[in-house]
This record gives sequence, C-alpha cells and structure tokens, in this order.
Amino acid sequence: MNHQGTKTQSPDKTPLVPSCLGGSLRRYLTVYIALWKNSVIREMSFKTNFILWIVVELLWFALQLSFIAVIYSHTDRIGDWTKWQVVLLMGAAHFIQQIFQAFFLTNCVELSELIRTGRLDFMLLLPVNTRFLISLRKVDLGGFVNATSALVVIGYALKQLALVPSALQLIGFALLVLTGILIHYSLMFLLTTISFWTVRAQGIVWGYYSLFNISRLPDAAYHGFFKAFFTFVLPMVLVANVPAKVMVQKLRSPGELLLLVGMMFACAIVSEIVWRFSVRHYTSASS
Amino acid sequence: MKKYLHVLNIGIQNQLVYRVNFLFRACFGLLPLIATISLWRTVYAGKEGQIGSYTLAQMISYYLVVTLVDMFTAVNEDDWQIAADIREGNISQFLVKPIDYLRYRLCLFVAGRAIYTAVALVPVAIFIFLQREYFVTPADWSTFGWFALSIVMTALLQFFTSYAMALLAFWVLEVSTFIFILFAFEYIAGGHLFPLDILPPWLAQALSYTPFPYQMYFPVSIYVGKSTGAALYQGLLTQFLWVMAAFLFAKFMWARGIRKYSAVGG
Repeated sequence: MNHQGTKTQSPDKTPLVPSCLGGSLRRYLTVYIALWKNSVIREMSFKTNFILWIVVELLWFALQLSFIAVIYSHTDRIGDWTKWQVVLLMGAAHFIQQIFQAFFLTNCVELSELIRTGRLDFMLLLPVNTRFLISLRKVDLGGFVNATSALVVIGYALKQLALVPSALQLIGFALLVLTGILIHYSLMFLLTTISFWTVRAQGIVWGYYSLFNISRLPDAAYHGFFKAFFTFVLPMVLVANVPAKVMVQKLRSPGELLLLVGMMFACAIVSEIVWRFSVRHYTSASS
Repeated sequence: MKKYLHVLNIGIQNQLVYRVNFLFRACFGLLPLIATISLWRTVYAGKEGQIGSYTLAQMISYYLVVTLVDMFTAVNEDDWQIAADIREGNISQFLVKPIDYLRYRLCLFVAGRAIYTAVALVPVAIFIFLQREYFVTPADWSTFGWFALSIVMTALLQFFTSYAMALLAFWVLEVSTFIFILFAFEYIAGGHLFPLDILPPWLAQALSYTPFPYQMYFPVSIYVGKSTGAALYQGLLTQFLWVMAAFLFAKFMWARGIRKYSAVGG
C-alpha cells in the first residue's frame, strides 16, 4: 500500500492565501486527475477480477428485475405502478447506486481502516481539503460500466411505455439522480464518521448498504411509520422514486421534488457538521 | 472427538466478540424484509384472492420462515476465512497436526451459527411477534420435526458448498467474485427472493433438479405445509443425497487443492 507516496507529489506549492478561486479549482482538478490515474492503474492490474465483478453486479441486477417479472406475472399493478414503470424505477435506483459506488463507496468503507491504522494522520497533513481527499481517493470504474446497463434498462422500459421524454424531463431526471447520489454520499459519510469513536462502524456502513433495497421498490408499497421514517429521516423512498416518477409522468405535485432537494441539503449540512466535529476530536492511533 | 469439542468451545468464545455486530446485522436485515412484506401486502390489496397457492398470511409466513432458516444456516464469514487461510498459508499447520480441516471448519461454523442465532433471535422474535396475526404455525408436531431435520441438512448443504467454493483459493487469488455469483443463484433459485412454486410450473420443476431449492426453499415449504406426504419423504431423501454429494465434492476439492498448494508465506 505505497500509493500514498505517488499521490502526494502534487508539484505546485500551495499559496498561503489562495490567490483566486479559479486557481484553487484548477489545483483540485489536477489532484483529482491524479487520483483517477491511480485508480485506472490499480483496476487494470487485476483485469479478470474487474470483469468478474461486472458479471456479479449484472447478475444481481437481473435477479432484482426477475423478482419484478415474477410479481407481475400474478398481478398487473402494485398500488398505481404498472410493470414497466417499476422496471424503470429499478433502473433508476440501480443507476444511482452504481454511480454512488463508482465515486464514493470504497472510500467511505475505507475511512474506518484509515482511522484504525492511523494513516489518516498523513491525509490531514496534505495541503488539500481532507474530506475531498478521503471521499474521492479511489474510483471504482466497474460502477460506470454497470451504470450503463441501468441506462439500457431505463431506455427499454421507456420504449415499452411508449414514452419519449422531453429535454426538460431528461434534465430534471439527471439533476434528481445527482441529488439522490449526494444524499447517499452524505448519509454514508455521516455513518463512516462514527469510526472516529468505534471500530465497529464498518458493520453499520454495510448495514446502510442494505437500505438500497428499500429505494428500489415503488413508494406505493410503503405505509405508515416505515414510509414516514424512510422519507423524512433517511429519504430512501424518495431517492429513486422521485426521478422515476418525473420520467414516467407520475409526479402529481412538485412537493416531493422539493422535499428530495431539501433532504439533500439537510443531509449534506448534518454530515459536514458531524465531520468537522469528529476531526476536531481525532486523537490518532499511536502510529 | 474431544479436540473438536475444544475447537467448538474456542469458536464460541471468538464469535462472542462479534455479538454487537451480529445484533446490528440482524436488525438491519429486518428492513429489507419489512420492505418485501409491505410490497406483497400492496400486491394482495390490489387483487382478489391468492397468488399461486399462497394466501397473504402464508406469503408473509414464507418470508418470516426464510429469515428464521437463514439465521440458523447462513454461511457468514466462513468462506472468506477459509480462502484467507489458504492464501496466507495458514492451512500448513493443519497438514502437520492430527486435525481434519473440514471438521475443524464445521465446528467453527456451528459455533458461529449458535452465537448468531442467540443474538439475532431477540430482534427476529420481536418482529415475528408483531406480525403474529400473519404467522402460520406448522400443521402438527411431526411436520415441525421434519422441518427441523431439513434445516440441519440445509445448514450442512450450505456449509459444504461454501467450503468447496472457498477452496477455489488453491487455484485463484480472489475467490469473492465466484462466491457472489454462486450466492446470486442460491438467492433466486433457492427461494430467498420469492417462493419457487409461484413460478410457472415448468420452471419450478426444472429448478427442483438443482441443489438450490434444498438450500432454503425445501425446509420452508415443509413448514408452510407445501411439502406433505410422498413429496415430503422424496424431498428429504433428495436433500440428503445433495448433502452427501456436496460433502464428497468438498473432499474432492480439498484432495486436488492440497496437491497444488505451495504454502505461500507459511
């Protein structure tokens, strides 16, 4: 695990006072490109494994879809959702999950390891924003490949529904998907910061991952407290449902849309506050 | 035999360390279960009568019993640990000691399940209690007995299969993808996701020739009263044969693998 060394060699010296925002942005872009380069090299050194993981993800996606196929062989509606609407929803949920996985998942999971081994010390010393670095250190390229399979499914479902989305719908869908990804990132990052206090956090992080199952199903399936909790506390029910509804023209009022965006800001702010609080209380493992 | 009891004892003590983790896992595991149950409720609400041969109560019971069987029989970290033992050369010590690695691992598996069940039983029992109006009980005590026997065989079948898969580590560096691919098949063809007899009959029939239904669906079907009479005895016999086949396959993999083994770092 020596790649730390290569990553820190960003040649340009940081000015004590950032001269302008543009310069700082360019610097972060340079750092990020270097991180990407590292990730590509890392992934390509295990090519067979890289392909096998894609097979695994495809298989599990197919499995979820066949569950829907089985249900709809016995009924034609789940609440007010028809078969291809749910397929589109599953595609949207899978897309969000895969893009999230590509950018953030590995990094979130590894934070507890960084803390346990004390390697976080080195990250804190680097002249870049620490949260930026630990959130985006590694890129999981397989996620992008799997996201394409989700797009194919979304496209096919649209065809079956005989829908041609307008440009506005597509832009709305893209923005809402982005919102969903940021919600997952904020929440999972929030959970990983628990590792500052206990080594058991990794279990909780994987537990959160099981919540992705909830976001895959149509909101009409949920009722009562469960629905309220996963709408207003952990907005799993909104994350994929709202963009899918925009796409299939199911959204009756803009309320849910605003709620999703509002929840995104709420999650982001809480996760940043907790992160700052945690770093201030970081005592480092004796290294 | 005494030495294996000792292994069992050590296994239990080791697993106790993870009790909080187990509790988290069991609780988080209930959330997707609640989601699936709500989904089925909505389906039943929009439709008259049954799905396949299942009433709503039977369908909910099916998933609850799957959760129970899973708690008793699921292979948890055993396959990762076996693969790691091979990769890191830890199994060398078993080659020179009078301990059979398969039996050693089986003891650890039993210890792990015992502790996991002890911890998970609390949240799972509370959950089942909350759903009690939808929870059917087996027809009679003998059904319950056959169910219990079938669970033991399910556990053995799952263990031997995972063990054999983990032994792939003798040949390849990274076995997790293979484990996940097999798990995907177990998950859908074994009946974790939905009861297999709501599939089209030809498909359910085809699946019954594979070992997957005997890893989960079969014991649950005994419990909810879908396997009775001749089908029950025939099923139990088939399950037993699959257990034996998996055991022999695991032995075979070990015999071949050990010839390839070069004790890296050992």
